[in-house]
Amino acid sequence: MKTTFILSAALAIHAAIVAHENDIESLDRAIGDGDHYINMKRGSEAVAGMYNALLPLPPDEVLLQIGNKLLSSIGGASGPLFASFLLGMARYDKEHHPKTTDLNANLETAAAFAYGVQSMMMRGKANVGEKTMLDVLVPASTTFTIAAAHGKNMAEICREVKNAADKGLEYTRDLVATKGRAAGLGERAIGHLDPGAKSCQVMIYAVCDLILKK
Amino acid sequence: MKKFINKVDDMLSESLAGFATAHADLVSLHLNPNFLTRKHKASNKVAIISGGGSGHEPLHAGYIGAGMLDAACPGHVFTSPSPDQMLAAAEAVHAGKGILFVVKNYAGDVMNFEMAAEMLPFEHATVLTSDDCAVLNSTYTTGRRGVAGTVIVEKCVGSLAETGANLQACKALGDKVNNRTASIGVALTSCTVPAAGRPTFDIADFELELGVGIHGEPGRKRASMRPADDIVSEMVEAILADFAAKNINTKSEALLLINGFGATPLMELYLFYNTAEKLFSKHGITVARSLVGNYITALDMAGASITLCLLDDEIKQHWDSAVHTPALRWAR
Repeated sequence: MKTTFILSAALAIHAAIVAHENDIESLDRAIGDGDHYINMKRGSEAVAGMYNALLPLPPDEVLLQIGNKLLSSIGGASGPLFASFLLGMARYDKEHHPKTTDLNANLETAAAFAYGVQSMMMRGKANVGEKTMLDVLVPASTTFTIAAAHGKNMAEICREVKNAADKGLEYTRDLVATKGRAAGLGERAIGHLDPGAKSCQVMIYAVCDLILKK
Repeated sequence: MKKFINKVDDMLSESLAGFATAHADLVSLHLNPNFLTRKHKASNKVAIISGGGSGHEPLHAGYIGAGMLDAACPGHVFTSPSPDQMLAAAEAVHAGKGILFVVKNYAGDVMNFEMAAEMLPFEHATVLTSDDCAVLNSTYTTGRRGVAGTVIVEKCVGSLAETGANLQACKALGDKVNNRTASIGVALTSCTVPAAGRPTFDIADFELELGVGIHGEPGRKRASMRPADDIVSEMVEAILADFAAKNINTKSEALLLINGFGATPLMELYLFYNTAEKLFSKHGITVARSLVGNYITALDMAGASITLCLLDDEIKQHWDSAVHTPALRWAR
């Protein structure tokens, strides 16, 4: 991963979150507490604002600083979760990047992404099937890794990852929530998409579309 | 939405500034990162720090002062504060005997305090409050929520800390009070998060939400509006069932807290108290202490919660001890 790519992705994510205000907010009002969009906007805006300051830094340092900014700017449950994701990616990049130069670059990015998802799972003590963002992130990460391992090009990978994100989001509709704010709802959460899963799908689309446009 | 606002984005900072000015004799406000401390730093005691999303006033900043908290970290409305706030607060109030975090059991609060604890350069412990018995199903692994019982935990732990007790003793008392406390709430209307501008949930004129959380998040069930006695009766049953499930004998003295969620008048809260006290007495509980008012709110939600804390000599002593904070103050 290059610093310029990470920062372009950050800008694309911020724009996509803002463009999907109504979708995210209406889902959160149905089964959350109505603050998810505001938190996501505040976090992505804070990161977008760091663009110039981060531009000269190496990728692992960029990921680290974005993680710390998310931690202090989002708050709520999303803050530590997204921060853990970014800090996990930063740690992977720092520890593995120089040693794996022979590895396929896409596979390397997939591994960093998987490491981020793993860090988030550990922080939230959650797994797939609990009606959370992991229902989008885990299948997206798995799809990314498998497609990269098969030597597919980035355009093919992006199409498959977007598809996996869509399926994961739709999968949350019929789940009972066992983690997050919707957990208190019991069966009443059935029939509603998870707002966190929705914002993850939106962000994955933003980054994939950025790559596909190139 | 009809609220006293200048700009939505400035609401929290303007409210905090007003709070700090109004209670300048007791508290100091620190900005970026935001936290509040006692005006005069205490020495040689465990420092008690709490925090959580704003919108629950007077919790937590209203409980800063002698006999209760040393510092509080306010997050955005209904959003947990972040670790940098807790770290800065800990740095400011640490008085040589460690830091005790009092954290309501909500995923966001738990994770942010956990990350702060991992980075904290001092001895520390955490009391997790989980007094809400509305959500019973054990498959809900997020677990029980921390609600009005948090005020009682903060009061008792704060009192013990003033005696110079060590960190382990303070944590043990906090855990004990939490275990001997059960709460359940009911909402008649939704609250409106200022930045969202619309009610958090829809509820008809003829409906109530039983087991509601302090963010307007749903609880046990949606039911039809009915006489207050019937509502209180169902809530009292839930609390008694909770103690029974924990095998805790309720035939003892207790503290009964009737807490308003922000838009229910005291007149109705006392009516609630009247019925609740009678029902608990009928079950062999002696209500020896009481508290009625808005102590942990949910913005402008109409509704109330009932909290019962089973007293023993230690808890009673620390509930009764002198406290001097913006929202709770008595001499002993």
